[in-house]
Amino acid sequence: MKARIKFRKYGALRFIGHLDVMRYFQKVMRRAEIPIAFTGGFSPHMIMSFASPLGIGLESDGEYLDIELTEPIKSNEAVRRMNEAGVEGIEILSFLQIAEEKKMTGMTILAAADYLVTPKADLCSSKLFPVNWQDTFSSFMKQDEIRVMKQTKRSEREVDLRPLIYHWECRGDSVFVRTAAGSTENLKPDLIIDTFLKYAGWLSPARESLTAASFTFRRLEMYAETGRDGKKELVTLESFGGEMN
Amino acid sequence: MRKLALSDEVLLSIEKPARYIGGEVNSVMKDKEEVDIRFAMCFPDVYEIGMSHLGIQILYDMFNRREDTWCERVYSPWLDLDKVMRDRDIPLFALESQDPVRDFDFLGITIQFEMCYTNILQILDLSQIPLHAADRSEDDPIVIGGGPCAYNPEPLAEFFDIFYIGEGETVYDELLDTYKEWKKSGASRKDFLRQAARIDGLYVPQFYDVTYHSDGTIESFLPNDPAAPERVRKQVVMDVTDTSYPMKPVVPYIKATQDRVVLEIQRGCIRGCRFCQAGMIYRPTRERSVETLKEYARTMLKNTGHEEISLSSLSSSDYSKLNELVTFLIDEFKDKGINISLPSLRIDAFSLDVMSKVQDVRKSSLTFAPEAGSQRMRNVINKGLTEEDIITGAGQAFEGGWTKVKLYFMLGLPTETEEDMKEIARLSDRVARRYYEIPKEQRHGKCQITASSSFFVPKPFTPFQWASMYTAEEYDRRAHIVNDEFREQLNRKSLKYNWHDAQVTVLEGVMARGDRRIAPVIEEAYRLGCLFDSWTETFRNDLWMEAFENTNVDISFYNQRPRGKDEIFPWDFIDIGVSRSFLYREWERAMNETVTPNCREKCSGCGAAGFGGGVCYESKN
Repeated sequence: MKARIKFRKYGALRFIGHLDVMRYFQKVMRRAEIPIAFTGGFSPHMIMSFASPLGIGLESDGEYLDIELTEPIKSNEAVRRMNEAGVEGIEILSFLQIAEEKKMTGMTILAAADYLVTPKADLCSSKLFPVNWQDTFSSFMKQDEIRVMKQTKRSEREVDLRPLIYHWECRGDSVFVRTAAGSTENLKPDLIIDTFLKYAGWLSPARESLTAASFTFRRLEMYAETGRDGKKELVTLESFGGEMN
Repeated sequence: MRKLALSDEVLLSIEKPARYIGGEVNSVMKDKEEVDIRFAMCFPDVYEIGMSHLGIQILYDMFNRREDTWCERVYSPWLDLDKVMRDRDIPLFALESQDPVRDFDFLGITIQFEMCYTNILQILDLSQIPLHAADRSEDDPIVIGGGPCAYNPEPLAEFFDIFYIGEGETVYDELLDTYKEWKKSGASRKDFLRQAARIDGLYVPQFYDVTYHSDGTIESFLPNDPAAPERVRKQVVMDVTDTSYPMKPVVPYIKATQDRVVLEIQRGCIRGCRFCQAGMIYRPTRERSVETLKEYARTMLKNTGHEEISLSSLSSSDYSKLNELVTFLIDEFKDKGINISLPSLRIDAFSLDVMSKVQDVRKSSLTFAPEAGSQRMRNVINKGLTEEDIITGAGQAFEGGWTKVKLYFMLGLPTETEEDMKEIARLSDRVARRYYEIPKEQRHGKCQITASSSFFVPKPFTPFQWASMYTAEEYDRRAHIVNDEFREQLNRKSLKYNWHDAQVTVLEGVMARGDRRIAPVIEEAYRLGCLFDSWTETFRNDLWMEAFENTNVDISFYNQRPRGKDEIFPWDFIDIGVSRSFLYREWERAMNETVTPNCREKCSGCGAAGFGGGVCYESKN
């Protein structure tokens, strides 16, 4: 039996890296007495997988992890117990049963993610940064292609970012982007912002303080792609789950 | 939402920001307006080391049980943050409230090893508290030290207002109550220290004067204030079962060195090894009730979610209910994916049976601590382990499938000869030979014997407090004799030998048996940039040597000089309950290579029976 857990990560917990979030959840499972399954062997470990690691410094309203259960547990009961055993900075939003197929883990089906990008307060008050920066961003996005050298663990290659940004819009003082995510194509929003700042010319040596570090990035949601009725559609990872009663 | 002392920008620019944000599971938040006393409890090393320390977890829990007190934690900022804090004038803060330490009522520092002394100065300095107790005002926190190094507090005397000598569970309540009254009264800082000096076990260095003979040894050590007693008696909890123990220890986000539930099964050790300070200062040996420990194990695993539980004591095999406790832990938790870790076990049929149940035999290694290579040397140090014990234990382990053995030794022990040194290599080889006695088809390839040696440092309140040390060059020479002998051994390809740094040993020696005249060296070393001296990557022996030179302090006076029977030692004003005459008798027996039986075999009249409990009265109950 498999379950998908959706959670928020905010505040001071932004500074806890992915491996430590995994350790955190292992301990929460024990404290909350969630009937999680273990692998076999001499040093058994919990069967648990995260859809996509969140970088240090980012907040998120839509993180996912999938676990294997040994017996059913009521959804609302599991959410309550995990939150009681948890800390400020990680809030469990839902705990839903998902299908058994191996190829349906969040990690495998992940296709896109939403981010909200907001300039930090000190950047907004800086003369380096124009009030109408969203207009510049708009013309940046109107380009046919956005070529950039992308560093991976092993190599560096040129990619076009434009087709990897599925949607964007201004939201108040922020910019909302929906980008490709997952194992085939994965675009992190800080690369968009760094490329944008270069495009805008705000990265000249005199203004080197302007980097993606002057923005906050908040992940809002993660999606899988479904091919229903022959057309592609993005659905949230959460929507694959069903309430356990 | 909790505020953070450091900005996002700073936190994102340093290594492991999780060290500095607090807010962990089971950390205690209170309203600072609702408490009378704010206590900052510090372990002067990085978070991962400090969070692994049981003593702080005990005190943290004990203080926070008081409604009028909020105890928070403080650890050493690593070099990256240290620099940022200095550049930007950010004061050191406590993890829970993220408030500056200088606004607290107390700063308590646990002093676990000698090489943390410059880190203590860093803590004071970054907290913007004057380094010297004499320069502090009514607005500064009371700086109190404790832990094993407080048994010779003299090198640090001028940096602390108070030292707490002994186990923390006894008189802290009295100290905090006294403080509360004093704070209301509006009297002077000195007035509070006078009241503190009247409490058993508390030492206020500024109320004592030391004079020296022309040869540099101590002439007198006397109180200069009527509030200060001539001798300070160490504190012990006689009932270790009915005392506070943290049922909800703080669970770090990042992996601490000790990332598990720790069950302290007993305090003290019956063995009486003559080099061991813990074996003397924690006398008498006191056991916790096994039923209580079982309950603790359940509750603490549930409250922390840890996947491992470990027993803590100086010699777990001497715990009388060990079999019952370990069987319980295995039966109760093994199937729930909980690892059981059993350090400091004597290797015998029982422990091998237990270990084969809780660990992967092929991957794990067995550890023996013969401490010395020859039987003669082991008699000198009173290490009751015989070569037969080692070979038999190793043989049983090899037949049980283990192939890796670790052996721990000390070099530079009193009376050590070249033969004693070479025996380290030969004994290691004999362990390997025992492995190759097993028929080829029954064993699993080669065995791996790893011998490590550290250099012996004489500690206060041990029979070896009279012993002389050597120079760093001489330690290195001895290590090379051992290393050369390893190359002569039949099974040299199955043997590996490592030895510790000799320069650190020399400094440890000076700090361990130093007096008040060492303080300027520590301060100078800190000024020159020494920090995290226990970390090989940051240890700067050259700067330490410069500090000795700049302050005109002679290392050989503290390390190589022979000490006379009646010399007044800087720590003699402390009464640990074990008499100096017993320690000297043991020193003489060591010189005669005579073994002394352990506390359960025969009482040697050390004086600890005066505490009225523990192993001293076992047979009388």
